[in-house]
Amino acid sequence: MATVFLPYALRKYADGAEQVQVPAKTLRELVDNLEAAYPGTREHLVEDDRLKPGLAAIVGHVATRRGLLQKLEPDTEVHFITAISGG
Amino acid sequence: MVATYETKSDYKVIGNSPIRHDGVDKVTGRAIYGGDVKAPGLIWGDVLRSPHAHARIKSIDTSAAEAMDGVFAVLTHADFPQADDLTIDAGEGTVNLRRGQSNVMADQKVHYKGHVVAAVAAVDRNTAQVAAQSIKVEYEVLPAISDVDAAMAEGAPQILEGLVGDHLGENVENTNVARVFRHEFGNVDDAFANSDLVIERTVSMSMVHQGYIEPHNATAIWGQDDNLTVWSSTQGSFGVRSQVAGLLHHPESKIKVNYVEIGGGFGGKTVVYLAPIAALLSRKSGGRPVKLVMDRSAVFEATGPAPGGKIRMKIGVNKDGKIQAADTDLILEAGGFPGSAVGAAAICVFACYNLPVSRITGYDVLVNKPKSAAYRAPGSPQASFAIETVIDEICDELGFDKIQFRLDNAAHEGTRRGDGVQFIRVGLEECLVAAKESDHWNTPLGDAPAGKARGRGIASAYWMNGGGKSTCDLMLQDDGTVMLNEGSADIGGTRTSIAMQAAEVLGIPVEDFHPSIPDTDTIGFTGVTGGSRTTYTTGLAAYNAAQKLVVELKSRVADLWETEASNVEFADGTFTANGDSIGIQELAGKLDPTGGPATSTSSVNLAEAGNAYGVQICDLEIDLATGKTDVIRYTAVQDVGKAVHPQYAEGQIQGGVVQGLGWALNEEYFITDDGAMANRSFLDYRMPTSLDMPMIDTIMVEVPNPLHPYGVRGIGEVPICPPLSAAAQAAKEAIGKPFYELPVKPGRILEALND
Repeated sequence: MATVFLPYALRKYADGAEQVQVPAKTLRELVDNLEAAYPGTREHLVEDDRLKPGLAAIVGHVATRRGLLQKLEPDTEVHFITAISGG
Repeated sequence: MVATYETKSDYKVIGNSPIRHDGVDKVTGRAIYGGDVKAPGLIWGDVLRSPHAHARIKSIDTSAAEAMDGVFAVLTHADFPQADDLTIDAGEGTVNLRRGQSNVMADQKVHYKGHVVAAVAAVDRNTAQVAAQSIKVEYEVLPAISDVDAAMAEGAPQILEGLVGDHLGENVENTNVARVFRHEFGNVDDAFANSDLVIERTVSMSMVHQGYIEPHNATAIWGQDDNLTVWSSTQGSFGVRSQVAGLLHHPESKIKVNYVEIGGGFGGKTVVYLAPIAALLSRKSGGRPVKLVMDRSAVFEATGPAPGGKIRMKIGVNKDGKIQAADTDLILEAGGFPGSAVGAAAICVFACYNLPVSRITGYDVLVNKPKSAAYRAPGSPQASFAIETVIDEICDELGFDKIQFRLDNAAHEGTRRGDGVQFIRVGLEECLVAAKESDHWNTPLGDAPAGKARGRGIASAYWMNGGGKSTCDLMLQDDGTVMLNEGSADIGGTRTSIAMQAAEVLGIPVEDFHPSIPDTDTIGFTGVTGGSRTTYTTGLAAYNAAQKLVVELKSRVADLWETEASNVEFADGTFTANGDSIGIQELAGKLDPTGGPATSTSSVNLAEAGNAYGVQICDLEIDLATGKTDVIRYTAVQDVGKAVHPQYAEGQIQGGVVQGLGWALNEEYFITDDGAMANRSFLDYRMPTSLDMPMIDTIMVEVPNPLHPYGVRGIGEVPICPPLSAAAQAAKEAIGKPFYELPVKPGRILEALND
């Protein structure tokens, strides 16, 4: 079961919850199951079957570069944040 | 799953400071920069820029330019392919195609003074300039919006017409605020109510420029076969390729970007300005090579500085020295189009502290200034100034030691950043301890001479560092040397720091490596040199390529010695098996019968470069009659993970500090009432020089990054962050007046003294 830290703008779909538990073995499955449990979330996260441009997923402690293909360890945590590049 | 490494300490190459491979070419003037590029039949391009900060383009008359002798092509936005309102991943972050095109060349409106309106290609540079200036543009001048307050005011004219803002997930029309977002964890208001002391301040800072010496340039040839060749000063050739392809609707496979040396970038050369114009001018000129070079005024007025803005910061603390809550509004200037560094600022703002609850609200605000771009740790210097200003006041108010308070509240492994992400191993506490034990911190400030005052400031800061895609190829030569191809633009000596990581694996002296940076057709995709990612990411590609080469060579040795590869051992540059041994460089000349040349390649796509922390101490002396400031002593402490090339690492830290001190004490976009930048030359835009600075002492703390085999962390960005607050707090201590506005320039100091 993954713990999803919901972006603030998506908390309205989950009665204001900061975190929700979602069963998933991959990030793709997580997004699908999140949408099933909290309709409306998917369009904020995915576009054309990939993470939306400018969005990064943090799995565990670090940003994944595998997008929706990212496998999830049991009891991992997932964050969706703005993708950042540096100077 | 992310690979983690056990690091060792007995290196033979890592940790030394060999002479850089490109050093001789650079100090003798042989290195080829963008401005040096020549091609047979080269013609010159020039652009016409808007004299207004905000105006509607009513008409453009190019007839005089077109009729001029020696003019080959005239370009306006109408010559660009129709762009969709679509955001694409352009290799180095995202680009909205329609807005990106409009930033390169104005469409219907100009959003800042210096915005390109038209371009010309002509037989020589002078003719191109005269022709460009002959183009007549009729404008409807609109009120210029120069700061975030004016942009967010009720009834403010909308800069980007049609913009629909995303405000906490809701669509908002007729706004200059492109995005409002929030990170919130816990009940902040309750925590403030239960705090013994709550301090709330609003600070502001000006837009500043990276100030690289080399101006932007581009040369392009649009071939008869539609293959486009580009040379451009850039931090990433592949980023140029991706952006040009997106903005011109041209296949990436038909664009080749050649590497040229770069005279500074600091984040500002991750965006294309001239390359698409050079390309279209070349196409309209029948495929002639077209070259454009900006002048300094254009660099200031129309490239990508760091955003100014304002930040409200509120922190609650108990008398036991523990922070209870923090809340901030980060309001940063995007410039003429959306996309400031406010997202990164939000990640960094609370990252030095272990906070039980926090709230961060970010605002991306359009103003009539150039579209901001990355500048060394984008967003973090502004954020650091805000939080460290309030932390300093808390320590003053409650009598806390300024380092011990930070230690008592320091982020560490397991701490969550303000965006909720949890840290792995980080080295902030080690940096604070090193600062506490430093000679600087333990040496009294000393009495100021008559007519002067002295103060000491301290500040900490954070940058997350980047990862991304990189490629490295190795080719072992018959003479035992190694040709190394890598795709990262070499700004700070990375040819050498990358080669050193392969040299450590192979046991070959780094002087026997010949690093090259080929064009985009010749090396695998490699991201921009930025985000403090290059030594980490491209270095790891070199490490992996070297490991693969060792595996290949083991099989060659086994072939030579007629044994199994599993019997062959490799250590310290020597292969051994069954009592025989051979050095890798000797082996190189004996490979022909085993299959010929031995090569390897590795591409990586890494998560991030490990978090970086810096703590800095600034001693400032102020002339009480003139307000002039002199930095009299400065120490920068930083967790570098592992300094691959300590001299370069130290140079990165020192350079970052000096740029940060310029931001703190002198630099600003001085904007007139009509939205123009008044100080658009290096004479008037006062950056610190070596004559202004003392020796910047560095203390490099090495807390290995578990994501890299040598423990490397990114280095180049975090050192620019603490100086803003460290210098401001030093000024406060010197004259007893706080500074909430940057820069702390002489006039502002005199105002404070007379207040």
